[in-house]
Amino acid sequence: MGGFTPDNLVKAKEIIGLYPKARSALIPLCHLAQSQDGWLTPEAIVEIADLLDLAPAEVKGTASFYDMLHTEPVGRYLVGVCTNIACMLGGAYELLEHCEDRLGIRCGQTTKDGKFTLEETECMAGCDGPPCVTVNYRYFLGLDNQGIDQLVDDLEAGRLDNEIPPHGTVYRNSRNVGLTASPTQEPQAGGKSSQIAQPTPTKRGAK
Amino acid sequence: MSTPKMVTSRLGFEDSFTIDRYVKTGGYQALRKALKMTPEEVCAEVTTSNLLGRGGAGFETGRKWSMLRANPVRYLVVNGDESEPATFKDRMLIERDPHQLVEGTLISAYAIQATQAFIFIRGEFALGLERVLGAVNEAYEYGAIGPDIFGSGFSVDLVVHPGAGAYICGEETALLESLEGKRGYPRIKPPFFPAVIGLYGEPTVVNNVETMSNMPWIISNGGAAFAALGAGRSTGTRLFALSGHVKQPGNYEIEMAKSTFRDLIYNPDLGGGVRRDNKVKAIIPGGASAPWFGPDQLDLHLDQDEVAKAGSMLGSGSVVVMDEETCMVRAAWRIARFFHRESCGQCTPCREGSGWIDKIMRRIEDGYGREEDLDLLMDACDNIAPGVTWPPQQTTICVLGPSIPSSVAWSIRMFRDEYLIHIKEGGCPFS
Ligand SMILES: Cc1cc2nc3c(=O)[nH]c(=O)nc-3n(C[C@H](O)[C@H](O)[C@H](O)COP(=O)(O)O)c2cc1C
Ligand code: SF4
Ligand code: FES
Repeated sequence: MGGFTPDNLVKAKEIIGLYPKARSALIPLCHLAQSQDGWLTPEAIVEIADLLDLAPAEVKGTASFYDMLHTEPVGRYLVGVCTNIACMLGGAYELLEHCEDRLGIRCGQTTKDGKFTLEETECMAGCDGPPCVTVNYRYFLGLDNQGIDQLVDDLEAGRLDNEIPPHGTVYRNSRNVGLTASPTQEPQAGGKSSQIAQPTPTKRGAK
Repeated sequence: MSTPKMVTSRLGFEDSFTIDRYVKTGGYQALRKALKMTPEEVCAEVTTSNLLGRGGAGFETGRKWSMLRANPVRYLVVNGDESEPATFKDRMLIERDPHQLVEGTLISAYAIQATQAFIFIRGEFALGLERVLGAVNEAYEYGAIGPDIFGSGFSVDLVVHPGAGAYICGEETALLESLEGKRGYPRIKPPFFPAVIGLYGEPTVVNNVETMSNMPWIISNGGAAFAALGAGRSTGTRLFALSGHVKQPGNYEIEMAKSTFRDLIYNPDLGGGVRRDNKVKAIIPGGASAPWFGPDQLDLHLDQDEVAKAGSMLGSGSVVVMDEETCMVRAAWRIARFFHRESCGQCTPCREGSGWIDKIMRRIEDGYGREEDLDLLMDACDNIAPGVTWPPQQTTICVLGPSIPSSVAWSIRMFRDEYLIHIKEGGCPFS
């Protein structure tokens, strides 16, 4: 595995071009790398560091702060059960236990076939349908034990492939207008060349 | 008179998130109107509206804007991190009316003369990120973003920035650190007030998603029409995210200061009452950071100052209802555990205190508690927020730490007997 594919390298440079300072692209680039590889590989960390003119340790040191960035492989489906207050009141711990039984793993573990990783999450802002279950950050609200069994069956059979991309892909679209970085141009750390980065005097409205 | 829907007017439409629906329902007219006003006039409307920030602290938006340091470069950053436990209003606005958020952001950027704006959206909001990214692309092609928007001479870019999972990034200075590509460590104030030294060291306004989503209505109808609703400083409508043991959990947009917690919980058009018609045992009035209220406080109005005077806060606008079958120790422990998991670790009282409190609470809930543990917990709270008052004394960089006692200390004060039963009986009487 290298770093970014040629297509993703173009995307990476477009993302960097959106920001007044290149380092701001660090987290978006980590998401891009995870959408490509499912997790944040050492090669991706080196390439992101190169693109942003940082040391790999700076990229890793930032990434390790964030729950969504994984420097170890995770399953194709990251199943999260929120157990925070509203979900706990709605039976989340009981549901989490059932998930462990159904998947045959404990929280934080990945199934042997690499399909599922189970996680206990904090509040996901799905508190009106407790317990809030997410699969690669797609919401399934108010499931009971049978609902979980059905969900796992559907995921195993690939019936939700259209709705739920493999782990790492969060949003499937990207900014596609007003891009300033041409793919061939080297990203410029610390300064964006676009005219919109400069403050423009405003025409005063007619009174 | 029925209260106008300021931020939820479009939610009845299946396609509420598309630019077609948005424009058909009056979308982007407010931005066109604002661009014909001077930036000062737009600011004045917002000041007149007295719109209080909807992110948690409830600061007047117009006043916040007026405090911005004079500087050629200014930034606007919208806070869509929404991770306060039991808060789920911004996710709805982000997913279901992204253009309203974009338009509100553009109006505000013009008002403060920021030519670069960011919408920071919690990384877990996959659909929300897709919707707002889509809306920004559409708005750009529509001429509302980019150089010389709607031929006004004003140029602005708007970048949608994904977070990556950290509650602390909702704190405005941590959010700016994160947006700069760093760990989400809050900055110390002073000097790092965003309005003075914000993103990349430049003056920056940070406002919540719901705050921004109110702007199109305020500009279309005028700040005075907004201020005519509500009472005192609590003007306009507000989204209340109701969860826990109510029959109809959900987001409800209601006029501020006119209804009480009891109305919110029991009105058939709102919460619809408590499950199994049980009694309310306690409520959390403004997100997990807020001190709890008992059943005797349900007649307080949903008014920021009234709730503050009663010793808590409206905070993020979420209300959790816990009924008589709920174990108060377990509920408080789960919130303590959250703060332990999410403490960024910079300040000793918060980092160590949250860990100890989590462990001691767990021990009591599991039946291994000792009577001295209650004093120990209060002592730990006192180390984080001396005096254990509300509003709290702050010894830490941000207010995550001082929010930890809100569940722990208040549940001990309100339900000491229940703690003692856990300790005497060696276990939880509810399980
Ligand atoms: C620990 C912590 C978490 C916070 N989380 C959020 C959040 O998720 N969303 C938000 O808008 N404000 C949050 N805030 C408040 C912000 O710091 C800031 O006050 C707010 O975004 C300002 O916007 P407003 O004036 O429009 O309310 C949080 C504050 C703290 C201390
Ligand atoms: S109070 Fe807690 S979360 Fe806030 S800066 Fe200090 S350690 Fe970090
Ligand atoms: S408490 Fe579980 S999603 Fe909010």
